[in-house]
Amino acid sequence: MNTEPNAMNESAIQPQATAPSVSVWRVMYWSIRRELWENRSIYIAPLTAAAVFLIGFAIHLIMVRTRAAASHIDLHLNTSHFDPSHMDPSQPQGLLSHYELSASLIMGTAFIVGIFYSLEALYGERRDRSILFWKSLPVSDLTTVLSKLAIPIVILPLVGFVVTVATHFIMLAMSSVMLLGSGANIAALWTEVPFFHVSLVLFYHLLTVHGLYYAPIYGWLLLVSVWAPRAPFISALLPPFAICAVEKTAFNSTYFLTLLEERLMGPGGSMSQHDQAQDFAAALIPHHFFSNPGLWIGLVVAAAFLAIAVRLRRDRGPI
Amino acid sequence: MNVIDARGLRKSFGKTIALDGVDLHVDEGRILGLIGPNGAGKSTALNAILGLTPYQGELRVLGRDPWDERDQLMRDVCFISDVAVLPRWMRVSQALDYVAGVHPRFDRAKAESFLAKTTIQHTSKIRQLSKGMVVQLHLALVMSIDARLLVLDEPTLGLDILFRKQFYDSLLNDYFDRSRTIVVTTHQVEELQHILTDLMFMDRGRIVLNCTMEEFESRYVELTVNPDRAPAARALKPMYERQVFGRSLLIFDLKPDLATSQNIDRQQLASLGEARTPSIADLFVAVVGNQYAAQGAAQ
Repeated sequence: MNTEPNAMNESAIQPQATAPSVSVWRVMYWSIRRELWENRSIYIAPLTAAAVFLIGFAIHLIMVRTRAAASHIDLHLNTSHFDPSHMDPSQPQGLLSHYELSASLIMGTAFIVGIFYSLEALYGERRDRSILFWKSLPVSDLTTVLSKLAIPIVILPLVGFVVTVATHFIMLAMSSVMLLGSGANIAALWTEVPFFHVSLVLFYHLLTVHGLYYAPIYGWLLLVSVWAPRAPFISALLPPFAICAVEKTAFNSTYFLTLLEERLMGPGGSMSQHDQAQDFAAALIPHHFFSNPGLWIGLVVAAAFLAIAVRLRRDRGPI
Repeated sequence: MNVIDARGLRKSFGKTIALDGVDLHVDEGRILGLIGPNGAGKSTALNAILGLTPYQGELRVLGRDPWDERDQLMRDVCFISDVAVLPRWMRVSQALDYVAGVHPRFDRAKAESFLAKTTIQHTSKIRQLSKGMVVQLHLALVMSIDARLLVLDEPTLGLDILFRKQFYDSLLNDYFDRSRTIVVTTHQVEELQHILTDLMFMDRGRIVLNCTMEEFESRYVELTVNPDRAPAARALKPMYERQVFGRSLLIFDLKPDLATSQNIDRQQLASLGEARTPSIADLFVAVVGNQYAAQGAAQ
């Protein structure tokens, strides 16, 4: 042991310039894989939602068939409800086609999973003390926080998209099987349903709304999860609730509440509020979305939340 | 070459001072035992070294600032803080995959060969493993990383004696060489005595003793004397005394005392009774216990 006080500067070992390193992308890849190992609900929950929906859809098809057989109605007419462009607004089922309903169900599930995931992401590792293991590895706090952000804004929308497209495909296949032997035109069913169009709109919606527009929500949840000494769920809800309450009492206004509502509803409301399928694309054309100042303010707020979260994780330890 | 260089390291939590101006210099190839009572500041010192907590004062570990460069530092530094920090949901194979994925110096084949010597299954989840097996797994991961500094904070807490022995044996036989450095804290000091090269006692945020094991062995003597010889032994001013089975056990510091210019030697002590090197635990009680006694007298 060296006890000479002035030996410090001369004999200190220099950082190794030639130290082998692992690329940032590789660390990010393994960090995200690690999240998928830990949180299997990321794909199990959307798959379960899809399975539940498909069971319901199968029962629906059997009932339609039974009814049609009983009343000798031409089944071909019933295929119209597969195509949103032929929807009759006066019919309740027409307002929300099965295709939109399944998409909403799967996306809604993915959204809920994203909320709970984000709240737990940087809190669970402190509660189970595993943060000491993660911090013993050469992975920066920035990489860790970004890999955890990637789950709700990239991975969950992608999982939601793939599951939804697969579900739609199975629904079409089920409808075809049901129409077999009924004399209906199956080829027409496959061409009538705007499969590609719906998928594209869905993908765009997931990317923009779930990926970008909701970014401040996930940023806030991650910040709370790294900060909260306990009960991250309550800690996440209390500050917005307090702001609303103070604003209402002091100024008798609900500006902040409206802001939160607008953020949750997405830009220009959710997809299901559009009656006409043709309007989907029109309502969601990129320049409308990207010229929305709310999007950019949201992204700046998200970046600020994340920067604080990264900074806070530096001296976070087990609780 | 200094692996760890700290000067005037300070850290406080509110009014509690955890580190009160610690100077620490650890060379390459040393095995340093950091011994102290609970709350002495050992873990805080280690956390500062590992970049887990901010601090005041000067600190370089392998030439880096741990607080600002933790992620780069962790390529060359490994640590086992406490026993149960491996994520309980993870499978053994996933732990291997993940560390291999993110760590540039991890040798997977080496880890597999360490694990082959244990009964740990690749498909097991960590929550299914016994405490001893979790430590074996963690040690297998850490020993397969070609690091230059290994920090162990109570690595064998709660393990049975067989696992503890095995832990230090494999650390010495399969891991340690003169280019690596190990810093370890533990309450089970006896098991460490023969493997340490350096010894440091901490108490209330300060270093109260700092020596190599060679100094330790040449400087401190434990003397056991019969009651009739006790007054003669006490006259030589032992630093500590206690009674064991009617005989007196005294610990002497052979370092010349400049104030009294008194110089006792080993022969002189051996003529009074049985002289031998004290255990680390006894010396610790002598050093730290004296401080409490002095403080009590001052009050």
